[in-house]
Amino acid sequence: MPRYAALIYGAEPSEEPGAEQTAQVIEDYNEFSTKVAAAGVMAGGEALYGTDTATTVRVEGGKGGEMVATDGPFAETKEVLGGFYLLDCADLDEALSWAAQIPGAWHGGRIEVRPCVDFGESDS
Amino acid sequence: MAAGSRSDPVSTSASPTVDEVLRIEGGRVLATLIRLTGDFDLAEDALQDACLEAVRTWDPDAPPQNPAAWLTTTARNRALDRLRREAKRSVKEEGAVRLLDNAPPPPDGRDDRLRLIFTCSHPALDPASRVALSLRTICGLATDEIAAVFLVRPATMGQRLSRAKRKISEARIPYRVPRDHELPQRLPAVLATVNAVYTAGHHPSHGHHNSRVDLADEGIRLARLLVELMPDEPECHGLLALLLATEARRPARGGDGDMILLADQDRALWDRGMIEEATAIVDRTIRLGRVGPLQVQAAIASLHGMAPGYADTDWAQIAELYRALESMQPTLVVRVNRAVAVAEAEGPAAALAGIDDLDSDWHYLWVVRAEMERRLGDPDAARRSLHRALAAPMNQSDRWLLERRLAGLSDGATA
Repeated sequence: MPRYAALIYGAEPSEEPGAEQTAQVIEDYNEFSTKVAAAGVMAGGEALYGTDTATTVRVEGGKGGEMVATDGPFAETKEVLGGFYLLDCADLDEALSWAAQIPGAWHGGRIEVRPCVDFGESDS
Repeated sequence: MAAGSRSDPVSTSASPTVDEVLRIEGGRVLATLIRLTGDFDLAEDALQDACLEAVRTWDPDAPPQNPAAWLTTTARNRALDRLRREAKRSVKEEGAVRLLDNAPPPPDGRDDRLRLIFTCSHPALDPASRVALSLRTICGLATDEIAAVFLVRPATMGQRLSRAKRKISEARIPYRVPRDHELPQRLPAVLATVNAVYTAGHHPSHGHHNSRVDLADEGIRLARLLVELMPDEPECHGLLALLLATEARRPARGGDGDMILLADQDRALWDRGMIEEATAIVDRTIRLGRVGPLQVQAAIASLHGMAPGYADTDWAQIAELYRALESMQPTLVVRVNRAVAVAEAEGPAAALAGIDDLDSDWHYLWVVRAEMERRLGDPDAARRSLHRALAAPMNQSDRWLLERRLAGLSDGATA
C-alpha cells in the first residue's frame, strides 16, 4: 500500500487563542484521529511545538563536517520539504547530533529540528 | 549620637544584607535551583519567594551563618509549595514534585554554575538571547536593567527572555556541562557571550545612557568566573586578560560623542594595575602552548598597554601576532587591524598591499586605506577613500572625526 505524508500548515497565532477556540480545535483533531485510526489508515502523527522552539542544522565541509546550529525555523526560499524522520532522543543535543548525520544537512539543505508535544498519555 | 553613627558602618559590613548576599551568591543559588526544579521560571520565582522571606525574618545583626545555603534550602521548599499547589494540573508536575522530594542536598555549586553558563550560551539559542539570559540568570540583573542597557523596552526584553526560557524547556535543551570532546565546539559560544556582555558595556553608543548597571564590570566578573570554573582552559584566561587590558584604557578613551584614538590617548590615565594583571595572565597562559584567538588578542592588547608611547610600541611583534591571529580568524577586521600594525612596523606600502584586494562597507577599512595613501603622498587617493568611508553607516562621533580629517587633507593640498 502506498504511504502518504499529510503535512499541516497554518499561521501561528500572535497571541494565545481563547479556551473555547482551543477546545474546538482539539475536539476536531480528536474526531479526525479517531476516524483515521479506526479506518486503519493512520501510520503515525505528531503535534509540533511552535517555530519558536525550532533549531535549524546544517553541516559545513561535507559528511562528518562541522555542525552549525541556528535558532529558529528553516526560512523557506526555493527549497521544499523533502521528507522527515521522527527521532526519539533524550534531549535537544542528542537530536541535533542525529540531525547533523542526515545527508540533507550537507547536500545543500537544512534540517529543522522541532520538539513534538507530549500530551502525557505515554507517561508512567 | 556620635558613637552610634560611628558604629553603623561596622555593623553593616559585618552583616551582609539580603541584597548583598544575592549580588554575590545569587547566580550560584539560582544555578542549583534550576537543576533541582528543571525549570528556569520556577527557580526564579522560588528564589524571589526566599528573598522576601529573608527580608522578613533575618535578624539584621545576626543573619544565617551560611546565607547562600539558607536561600537555597528555603527557595527549594517554596518551589515545592508552588509545585504542590499546581500538581493537579498535569502528570509532569507530579513527576517534578517526586524529583524535588528526592533531590540530593545542594553541593558547592561549581557544576551547577557551569551547567547554567553552558545552557545560557547553547548554540540553539540566538546570540542576543544568550547575552540577555546570562545577564538575567548568572549576573542576576533585573529585566528592566537589561532592557535599559540594550535600549529596548522592558516588555520587549521580557518577551525575549521568556521566549529563550520556553525554548530551553520545550525543546529540552539539556542542563549539563558538555563532555570533554564537546568542549571545543561549545566553549567558543560561552566566551563570545561574555565578550559581548563586556563590549555592550564599553561601547560609546551606550555611554550616554544613565544606567545603574555597568556591563563592562559584569563582563569582567563573568570572565573571572569562567577562569575560576574552568582553570584548565587557556582561552578563558585569554578572555579575562583581553578584557582587563581593554578596560584599563577606558578612562583615556574619552566620553560620549568624542572617541579618542589610541595614538592620542593620555597614557597616564590608563589603569596600570589592570594592565599588569593582564600581562601576567598572558605570559602565564601562552606558555601552556594551546594558543587560541583570545590569547593572541590579549597579547596584542597587553603590548599596547605596556608601551610607553604610540611610537615606542613594539609594532613588529604586534604585526606578527596579527599574522598569527589572521591564520586562525581570516576576517576583514583582523586583516585591517593587521595592516595598521604593518604600517607602523614596515611602512605604508607593505600595509596597503595587505588590504588592497578588500572591499566592504565597513568604514574603518577606508579610513585605514586613506591613511596609508596619505603617507605614501597620494592625497587624491586618500580623499577618495575618505569619501568612500563617509558613505558607510557609522556613529556621529566617527563621522565628525572623518570630516575633520578630510578637511585637513584639503588644507594640506591647497597650502
